Amino acid sequence: MKSPADRHVLSTGTAVAAPHPGASLTAVPVRHPWRWVAIFVVLMLAAMLVSTIVTNPNFEWDVVGKYFTSETILQGLWMTLLLTVLVMVLGILLGILLAVMRLSPNPVLSGASGLYIWFFRGTPVLVQLLVWFNLAALFPRISVGIPFGPEFMVLDANALITPFVAALLGLGLNEAAYMAEIVRAGIHSVDEGQTEAAQALGMRRSLTMRRIVLPQAMRVIIPPTGNEVISMLKTTSLVSVISLADLLYSSQIISSRTFQIIPLLILASIWYLIVTTILTMIQSRIERRYSRGNRRADPDSLWLRLWRNLTRFHTAPPSQAPLSETGGIR
Amino acid sequence: MTDATIPMVKAEEVRKHFGRLEVLKGITLEVGRGEVFCIVGPSGSGKSTFLRCINHLEKVDAGRLVVDGELVGYREDGGKLYELKEREVAAKREQIGMVFQRFNLFPHMSVLENVIEAPIRVAGIAKAAATERAVQLLERVGLADKRAAYPNHLSGGQQQRVAIARALAMAPKLMLFDEPTSALDPELVGEVLDVMRNLADEGMTMVVVTHEMGFAREVGDQLVFMDAGVVVESGRPRDVLTAPQHERTKSFLSKVL
Ligand SMILES: Nc1ncnc2c1ncn2[C@@H]1O[C@H](COP(=O)(O)OP(=O)(O)O)[C@@H](O)[C@H]1O
Ligand SMILES: [Mg+2]
Repeated sequence: MKSPADRHVLSTGTAVAAPHPGASLTAVPVRHPWRWVAIFVVLMLAAMLVSTIVTNPNFEWDVVGKYFTSETILQGLWMTLLLTVLVMVLGILLGILLAVMRLSPNPVLSGASGLYIWFFRGTPVLVQLLVWFNLAALFPRISVGIPFGPEFMVLDANALITPFVAALLGLGLNEAAYMAEIVRAGIHSVDEGQTEAAQALGMRRSLTMRRIVLPQAMRVIIPPTGNEVISMLKTTSLVSVISLADLLYSSQIISSRTFQIIPLLILASIWYLIVTTILTMIQSRIERRYSRGNRRADPDSLWLRLWRNLTRFHTAPPSQAPLSETGGIR
Repeated sequence: MTDATIPMVKAEEVRKHFGRLEVLKGITLEVGRGEVFCIVGPSGSGKSTFLRCINHLEKVDAGRLVVDGELVGYREDGGKLYELKEREVAAKREQIGMVFQRFNLFPHMSVLENVIEAPIRVAGIAKAAATERAVQLLERVGLADKRAAYPNHLSGGQQQRVAIARALAMAPKLMLFDEPTSALDPELVGEVLDVMRNLADEGMTMVVVTHEMGFAREVGDQLVFMDAGVVVESGRPRDVLTAPQHERTKSFLSKVL
């Protein structure tokens, strides 16, 4: 389909006026009449969609506008953001610990980590959330003390496991299992020679990990972690089932009062879109920063890429293979 | 501990296997203080493995390997061998510098940071003192002006010289070189060998795995030819290289010279 000349134009993105010695030639890019047909069809469909959205009264845009920045919604948004941040902090820290344990020469540590990852990745996060929320049914009393010995403090599980704590534990412990796999892939990506060089200098395993391996693993860890953050922002909506007032639950509080279900779902979706868009922008910034010190050229920002993809009628060259093998599908 | 009469490295019947593959089949040799000890041999003969045993990157399976009068990786007590703790092994490695075929510089650190990392974090030297010493070492290898550069922006020869400076920063009593010039373009080999030659002149004890026979002949005090996990032949480099006694040595040398 593509001639070599065509591919050349695609990969550089510009029509090359070949600086041929002695002659000045102008290269004319290959023309693509079918693209104009495709553009026409897509624009037609888009126009129809927009027209329905605007004119169909069932969307009730006035309701969306009315509650968009209401206090209930903003508090819910705050809860969603707070939960996302805390869950990811817990997930990342525990995930690093699990990954390092998994790669430890100690079979007990490595086995325990493997078991953890197997369990938390093998059961639905929704179920885990519900179990944490109902922990009191399993262990009515939680005591602090010497195992099988005297107890120093006895706590009522019902009081301890609030919906917020249950959400934090349920989502955070689950996320840690995924983060562990991401961190492990990152550690594996660092050349064995780095560890050897560090050990030959007298560095111990923990110092080697902290100063030499993990900083280099970051380049591989960060992109899928960004995806995890964005995905977690949406996954936090599961906490509605344990009545924690996040963005989704807050919009449902309103719609259960006013019976305007669709506009409030649209409202919540718009907020989710706004935040994920901002997070995506931050992610591409960070990715660019971490690819520095690396001989490969800095990849263009997502938005630059997106803009280019929108304004030029060809797909970008496949310069960047997807980095993660572990992120994604759950 | 630094008894001038005992050898720096003493190997007696050192054995090592990976699974069922026996890689070292009883290596016996002695490296004196201040000596440059060259090891040559075909690929896969166990040269790297032996070098890595010396600083306990690999565990010896049988035989005795003694560095500066102390058993590598074990403590002998009442006729029994006790494996050393990680901390103790690390402390011994501090005193043995190692230079790798593929340099293994830390790519996320500048040249200077590469050199001061271990002195600060491992030896506990203050940053100012470590930096001062690092700059001296970089001057010695001719790279003081590159201290702020990152390894990826240096040539192979420059990277290897930084790697030598990094190893020297821990003030080792013994330096191990594993084919330090094999990954270099031919025109960059000389600058690395020059640095090694200077180091030898200053009296550093060096064990060098190399294919640079010119260097071995000129700088080496002893040379062993290894093949298939055994020392086939050893002696003064000039003697072994010009008048090899064994058929295997002859056929190897005819290929590399
Ligand atoms: N970690 C290892 N696991 C298994 N086999 C190894 C390992 N390291 C080295 N070997 C094998 O041991 C043999 C000797 O390797 P090496 O010491 O690197 O040889 P040389 O440095 O002389 O080329 C080779 O056959 C190699 O494949
Ligand atoms: Mg080797």
